[in-house]
Amino acid sequence: MALLLNFVIVFVKKLNGNPRNKIIMARKEILKAESKNFNFHYADGTHALKDINIPLYEKKITALIGPSGCGKSTFLRSFNRMHDLYAGNKYDGEIILHPDDTNILDKKVDPIEVRMRISMVFQKPNPFPKSIYENVAYGLRVRGEHNKRLLDDKVEEALKGASLWNEVKDRLQDLAYNLSGGQQQRLCIARALATDPEIMLFDEPTSALDPIATVNIEELMSELKKKLTILIVTHNMQQAARISDYTAYMYLGEMIEFDETDIIFTKPSKKATEDYITGKFG
Amino acid sequence: MAKKNPKISRALAKNIRRNFVERLIEIALMLSGLIAVLITFGIVFILVTESLPFFEAVSLKEFLTSTVWTPNFEKKNYGILPLVSGTLTITGIALIVAVPLGTITAVYLSEFASHKIRETIKPVLELLVGVPTVVFGYFALLLVTPILQKIYPDLPTFNMLGPGIVMGVMIVPYIASVAEDAMRAVPMSMREGAYAMGATRFQTAVSVVMPAATSGIVAAYILAVSRGIGETMIVAIAAGQQPNFTFNPVESAATITAYIVSVALGDLEHGGIGYQSIFAAGIVLFIMTLSLNILGQWTRKKFTERY
Repeated sequence: MALLLNFVIVFVKKLNGNPRNKIIMARKEILKAESKNFNFHYADGTHALKDINIPLYEKKITALIGPSGCGKSTFLRSFNRMHDLYAGNKYDGEIILHPDDTNILDKKVDPIEVRMRISMVFQKPNPFPKSIYENVAYGLRVRGEHNKRLLDDKVEEALKGASLWNEVKDRLQDLAYNLSGGQQQRLCIARALATDPEIMLFDEPTSALDPIATVNIEELMSELKKKLTILIVTHNMQQAARISDYTAYMYLGEMIEFDETDIIFTKPSKKATEDYITGKFG
Repeated sequence: MAKKNPKISRALAKNIRRNFVERLIEIALMLSGLIAVLITFGIVFILVTESLPFFEAVSLKEFLTSTVWTPNFEKKNYGILPLVSGTLTITGIALIVAVPLGTITAVYLSEFASHKIRETIKPVLELLVGVPTVVFGYFALLLVTPILQKIYPDLPTFNMLGPGIVMGVMIVPYIASVAEDAMRAVPMSMREGAYAMGATRFQTAVSVVMPAATSGIVAAYILAVSRGIGETMIVAIAAGQQPNFTFNPVESAATITAYIVSVALGDLEHGGIGYQSIFAAGIVLFIMTLSLNILGQWTRKKFTERY
């Protein structure tokens, strides 16, 4: 029996070693969410996204890259219905959340419920004008959670998850603004983590941070993907190459190419992608 | 030997003229700034020098502790407390009306109203600021007090409740406008952060936007208090000009400003102690508003937005 198991393991390893087989294996990843023919129009009529089909695989990091204005942030923000806050935005198509196959764009689906399942970290750290503790507890508080012990536990867990606990455990009641930029961003990650989301969206989370804070956040994301699915927008191609499992290259509102990150960065199938990756353009 | 270069000297001359003009402009600007400061000092100077004869006749202890203010009576008594109590009570009533109403209006305009509604309501609200206070005074006397008397028949025609409520209505636009500006200045990223956590609009407004705008909102309240303390016409018309040491809103009373205006209208002869008393009352008023201003500065420093 053990011999048989061993054989299977060796066989699987062999399969993984072959890049072509690896794709096949990868395709067997569990699908967490997918956009289907997603179109987006801003209030001024700009057709910002055209028929976007992108899958998100469970416990993987998917990166969106492309030049400024290509619609990657717009796409990311569609995942938690951020666009609903501004009048006049129009979108159609579907974003299906698995395993329950909920179309989160459906008007019948409560955006607040969507945001509870899919949390977001923004480009600039945006802690609330509250204590460190209250910032992390915010998501639970708005859900009506008042149990002090449960909140304490969740806050500690989230801060540990965002590797901020050791730095702030003695000053949880301090105002969040007293933290450094990198710490504030990790606080925002802790805040997003505290509600146990299924997917976390990162909108250029390190573009306002120094290199050391950036490394911290990147390491943190690799740690987080053990538990949840991540979609990240980044301007930094090296960052996408370093941390993501899948990459989508977008240009002028269209998804040009989606594949495993290794493939996108070594042998993309489209010339446009290659030009962008190699820096000939963009 | 230095060689004279006419070109350079002409350029220098130009430079001197330019510097001179610059200097002139600087002085002109400084002078216009100084005018406000000088006027303030002038007011303080007049208040102090004019009230000195008053304080020679009336001891500071009597002025600050006596609860009777009867400059018109045979037996004159100068205790500022009745005027202070009237001022504080009416301002307090005004704030009870204006703070919730103004804050709610500000929250609505900043967080809930669509662009179109906001652009309609704001001008109407600002119209309220333009209404002369004498109109508000008669509004209190002839409309609000009679209505209140239907609910509470023992209410005298001159009372503090009616003018207090009307003053509150008058102050609402001040609070709403300043507080709304403060809340609108809170960056959208902060709201998006709250919405992304699953907060509702109301939760976002109350638990994130308002704390972020604390300094501006407090500034709005302090502006409202100053406005209430300084308000003259409404109370002079509708509160009855009887100095009365009471905090009971259903009694009539006089405020510091109402007393000053009644004297200025000629109830007391010029030059007497009674006349000088308005300067003493003025100092009290001045100290009250000054300390409010200082409080406002302090809160602004303490709660400065750091987003």
